[in-house]
Amino acid sequence: MATEPRQKPPMEREVEFSTMSGHPIEPLYGPEDATADPGSEIGRPGSYPFTRGPYESMYRGRMWTMRQFAGFGTVEETNERFHYLLDHGQTGLSTAFDMPTLMGYDSDHPRSHGEVGREGVAVDSLDDMEGLFEGIPLAAVSTSMTINAPAAILLAFYVLVGEKQGVPAEKLAGTIQTDILKEYIAQKEWCFPIEPAMRLVTDMIEWCSDRMPRWHPVSISGYHIREAGSTAQQELAFTLKDGFTYVERAIERGLDVDDFAPRLSFFFNAHIDFFEEIAKYRAARRIWAREMRDTYGAKREESMRLRFHAQTAGVSLTAQQPLNNVVRTSLEALAAVLGGTQSLHTNSFDEALALPTEDAVQVALRTQQIIAFESGAPNTADPLGGSWFVEKLTDEMEAAAYDYFARIDELGGMVPAIRSNFPQREIADAAFEYQRAVDERRRIVVGVNDFTREDEPETQILRIDPTLEGKQRDRLAATRAGRDTGAVEASLQELKRAAATDQNLMPPIIEAARARATEGEMVAAMQDIFGTYTESPVF
Amino acid sequence: MEAATARKIRVVVAKPGLDGHDRGAKIIARALRDAGMEVIYTGLHQTPEQIAETVIQEDADAVGLSILSGAHMTLVPRVVEILAEQGVDDVLVTVGGTIPAEDIPTLKELGVAGVFTPGSGTDEIVEFIRENAAARHEGDGEHSQ
Repeated sequence: MATEPRQKPPMEREVEFSTMSGHPIEPLYGPEDATADPGSEIGRPGSYPFTRGPYESMYRGRMWTMRQFAGFGTVEETNERFHYLLDHGQTGLSTAFDMPTLMGYDSDHPRSHGEVGREGVAVDSLDDMEGLFEGIPLAAVSTSMTINAPAAILLAFYVLVGEKQGVPAEKLAGTIQTDILKEYIAQKEWCFPIEPAMRLVTDMIEWCSDRMPRWHPVSISGYHIREAGSTAQQELAFTLKDGFTYVERAIERGLDVDDFAPRLSFFFNAHIDFFEEIAKYRAARRIWAREMRDTYGAKREESMRLRFHAQTAGVSLTAQQPLNNVVRTSLEALAAVLGGTQSLHTNSFDEALALPTEDAVQVALRTQQIIAFESGAPNTADPLGGSWFVEKLTDEMEAAAYDYFARIDELGGMVPAIRSNFPQREIADAAFEYQRAVDERRRIVVGVNDFTREDEPETQILRIDPTLEGKQRDRLAATRAGRDTGAVEASLQELKRAAATDQNLMPPIIEAARARATEGEMVAAMQDIFGTYTESPVF
Repeated sequence: MEAATARKIRVVVAKPGLDGHDRGAKIIARALRDAGMEVIYTGLHQTPEQIAETVIQEDADAVGLSILSGAHMTLVPRVVEILAEQGVDDVLVTVGGTIPAEDIPTLKELGVAGVFTPGSGTDEIVEFIRENAAARHEGDGEHSQ
């Protein structure tokens, strides 16, 4: 079929018309760009290949979960913030832990000094976890926990808090991030070398598929890869490839793909280049569905259906003229909604500088509520489906992802690729390129390299009370003093013994947690067997 | 007789503490290297002791501390303190990261020469180090005849 020659574009401004990832954009898209076989490539929401959404009814059936990431100080401060957010209409909890907790150190470890409670909440033991969820019924509220290397330990804490509340594990709903591959690639929070870390991920997938049918044991993430500076195409490709790697490991373990795949979930960035993000989410769903069915042999639709949480891009926020960030977050949130996200966190306008204040996080939550209840965006599924531009961009995102899959496969898969620094180098190059574009004003950041002002007004930001570190150390001392040291020792020995075999580590971790072994003690016990990890960085 | 070729400015780019945000540090490390400086990137999770040791061992002219974890008011003073204890008083110390405005005067009083907050341009940082680190070798004796 002959296509019409494209019209010569009108005189254009001297800028590069590309997405922020450098993907060129045409002046116009039309019928000649339409997907070759829309019936099978685009389809309907809720049906293979799920390009238009994982559910037929989308937001008419159920609004996305409004789930603001929160955590700072000790569990008392964070519990208060949890209640504030629930009272203001958020519909799910999301927990930010502090750097020591993320890295497997107790609050009294020398490396924790100055870091306790700064980037998130300090959790050292089950006692802390109980305080974190004080007054929050785990049977009724779903919780997401952003933690990776020590994820099995935090899951154990959560299960035990549920148990104390009389809620059995199989009733608990939520997500734990667990996605260790993206740590080595981008977020850089590790405790163990790659293989033992992967064993723990598979242990969690196996244990949860048996004991926690309402829980997502992994949140396969691109957010952090993107924040580290990757392009949207790299975010898409590396995230999905990480996901395939977990699927392969679980299958190697002997699990049936249809037993665990329905509970895998994803987490993408919602960045400022509006249409690129929407195309990214649609391509992600289509690729995942195809690969799960054709490569991994999934038979159930639930195994092929990609569901994701999105967070608006932290790196897009500016310290200059912070109120502009409300606009950025709004556009990014809208892109996530038009892209069909199941769960959403919106950043607060003061977050280029610090963790959000109550007032700022209220605006962030209201942003979601205004999109949900005033804008009309939720009224129909995949509103941009059929747009020549969006469908073409979706196709191109998909093609770019497959290019990366081929390159990673040539290296032997994602784990060898990580060992050879492939994704890390791609990210560093993309980050550098982007920064050059900003430095040279080929890419404008409003308020930073254009539309600036000399006199920036003061913004009130959240200060973490430095005495909270001492308070947390006291809590930890009380835990240590109040427990049966013999039982703790025995449980840690058992954990070490089990770690040296190939048995599932969730049960011994739960028992150690129950005895009030601390997170740091459990991590140290496993490091005795597994070793630790140091990266060889490229820049 | 021509003066000896100027010695390259040696910069340690360091990530103190548990902070894993290395995007900015890597960009700066690369920009400094592209600008003709010798760059030693320490990698992540460095204690103040390790950073000071690297600065001394590498005979660095400058150290850039990159920190986005909120722990800067503990870690930066500790690095400065250890360098002073070791008798190192001529190394340019700069800090980059999510540093609230109200912490900047305190850091400067401690001897931090420059603090680069979000939105700082790469060229600005490179120039700052070039101008302020070079000054440290102005009074050097001849390197060769």
